[in-house]
Amino acid sequence: MLDFLQQEIPLPNWIDSGVNWLTEHWSGLFSILQTVGEAVMNFTTNTLSAVPPLLMMVLLTVAAFFVFNRKLGFAFFTLIGLLFIYNQGMWADLMNTVTLVIISSLVAIVIGVPLGILMSKSETIQNIVKPILDFMQTMPGFVYLIPAVAFFGIGMVPGVFASVIFSLPPTVRMTNLGIRSISTELVETSDSFGDTAWQRLFKLDLPMAKENIFLRIVPDGLLVTRHLSSHQPAH
Amino acid sequence: MSRVRVRNLTKVFGKRTQQALEMVKEGKSKQEILEQTGATVGVHNVSFDVEDGEIFVIMGLSGSGKSTLVRLINRLIEPTSGSVYINEDDVSKMSKDELRQVRRTKVNMVFQNFGLFPKRTVLENAEYGLEIRGVGKKERQQKAEQALDNSGLLSYKDQYPEQLSGGMQQRVGLARALANDSEILLMDEAFSALDPLIRRDMQDDLLELQEKVQKIIIFITHDLNEALRIGNRIALMRDGKIMQIGTGEEILTNPANDFVREFTEDVDRSKVLTAENIMEPALTINVETEGPNVALQRMRKEEVSMLLAVDRKRDLKGSLTAESALDARKNEKKITEVLDKNVQKISKDALVTDIFDLIYNSPTPLAVMNENDRLIGVVVRGSVIGAMTDKTEGTAEKEGVNIDA
Repeated sequence: MLDFLQQEIPLPNWIDSGVNWLTEHWSGLFSILQTVGEAVMNFTTNTLSAVPPLLMMVLLTVAAFFVFNRKLGFAFFTLIGLLFIYNQGMWADLMNTVTLVIISSLVAIVIGVPLGILMSKSETIQNIVKPILDFMQTMPGFVYLIPAVAFFGIGMVPGVFASVIFSLPPTVRMTNLGIRSISTELVETSDSFGDTAWQRLFKLDLPMAKENIFLRIVPDGLLVTRHLSSHQPAH
Repeated sequence: MSRVRVRNLTKVFGKRTQQALEMVKEGKSKQEILEQTGATVGVHNVSFDVEDGEIFVIMGLSGSGKSTLVRLINRLIEPTSGSVYINEDDVSKMSKDELRQVRRTKVNMVFQNFGLFPKRTVLENAEYGLEIRGVGKKERQQKAEQALDNSGLLSYKDQYPEQLSGGMQQRVGLARALANDSEILLMDEAFSALDPLIRRDMQDDLLELQEKVQKIIIFITHDLNEALRIGNRIALMRDGKIMQIGTGEEILTNPANDFVREFTEDVDRSKVLTAENIMEPALTINVETEGPNVALQRMRKEEVSMLLAVDRKRDLKGSLTAESALDARKNEKKITEVLDKNVQKISKDALVTDIFDLIYNSPTPLAVMNENDRLIGVVVRGSVIGAMTDKTEGTAEKEGVNIDA
């Protein structure tokens, strides 16, 4: 027992060799991801930047007006905020950030929502996935940049990687929770009409959990971006 | 043969269900089984049949297993043992696909809190069953609109459930089940979340509907008055067992055990007892064979001032008061000439609660008629009041009198 306590487990060495193994043997995959990712991000940023800033401001303001139930206040602050950013000469940075948020949110949804659905349907999967999610969330976001940089080098892609890892747990959790919190009666109603598993998913589960899922993903994307922007390697 | 037959249906919750099941078969009580195995018996060896066009009420307090029982019928809860036959098929042994077909086409359910999907409009809710069945958009819309129209809700079809009152929401729930046009309707405390006035309306609507569509309705409730009002037959449940099955009257007048008797003691009798239960034998005069002298003598003997006039077939002709009998004797008129023809008639099935108003506005007793419009008795004010205060024994006595008459 004491032996065990005194003898240090060579965990750092294991991790080192693990990371080395991954970078060596999977470098092909990583570089493909890196190249494709970079291309997609650049394309998105360029597209966004191609829109004249003033037009973009108007579009976003109008969008804000409608998204927030036609309240003038939100639209007004959106406009003021955007004008201020432009005034400070940070428009290009803003477009970069928006790209990061969009891409990482998309990836988080593509991976997280199906995982959340699986988790909501099976106790076993929930019992396995939940502690992993807990572990992922206890780490500060920038920690994920270290392996990301090791795998992908420096650039936007490791940023997305870290963002995705950071925003994945809430996405999975909210999907799982959203589906599990649908009242028993509604589930019974749907079942009593003879639904199939897919019908249940698309006609009841997803429509009901939709708000739960999307209300969290975008704020989390933003949160992680803010978190990362102060640590992100210069590019 | 009945289309819905439940045989030895048992549900055990928890672990060690096999052991618990053995104990159920040995006839051990729920309490004993819980103590020995830790398993809870939800439904305990239940058997019953439901006939076509019948509203079969399963009644019990919370925890009596009634909601579990109804869910065993469409297998929202898996039975531990026993069978549920719908037509010739045993639902409890069906594959998932067969079960799905039964749920889609044969059995539908209405829920206590309406079970409406909040993100769907009223119409989309009403379409749900048909949508699941894969009915084309046009056809299902048309059927759903028809169902909504029948419940007078068509103008609300584009609203969302939360915009409707509770009563209207449950009408949508019912319309949704009816749009599916299945033969069996399970209603789990369907009206319990509604306030009393609305609930009454819904009960009336359900009875009216049942006259038209003649479905097999299995209705769960904890409210005995509701059970008595709408049920053709009632199954009274306690601790997962059925205590008694019978018509409302059978259960009230012939309780199978103390539990049933206690349960039925608080019933509002005015809603259960009919004119036939409380009527007294009618004092009559036969207008074809008897004259004013006989009438006056009978009044004197019975110490009343009025007789009902009938012919040989006991068809009601009117009422005869002492004054008009005297008038007939003095002026040598026939009885038929002096009769008061305005006697209030009521059917033998009229509920006491409905008789109240009539009797307080009527100077004469009410004549109780059978289905062939023959006089079978009278209801006087005293008998109505008596019926309201009597306990079970009193009612039985009164019925004895009626049988003698």
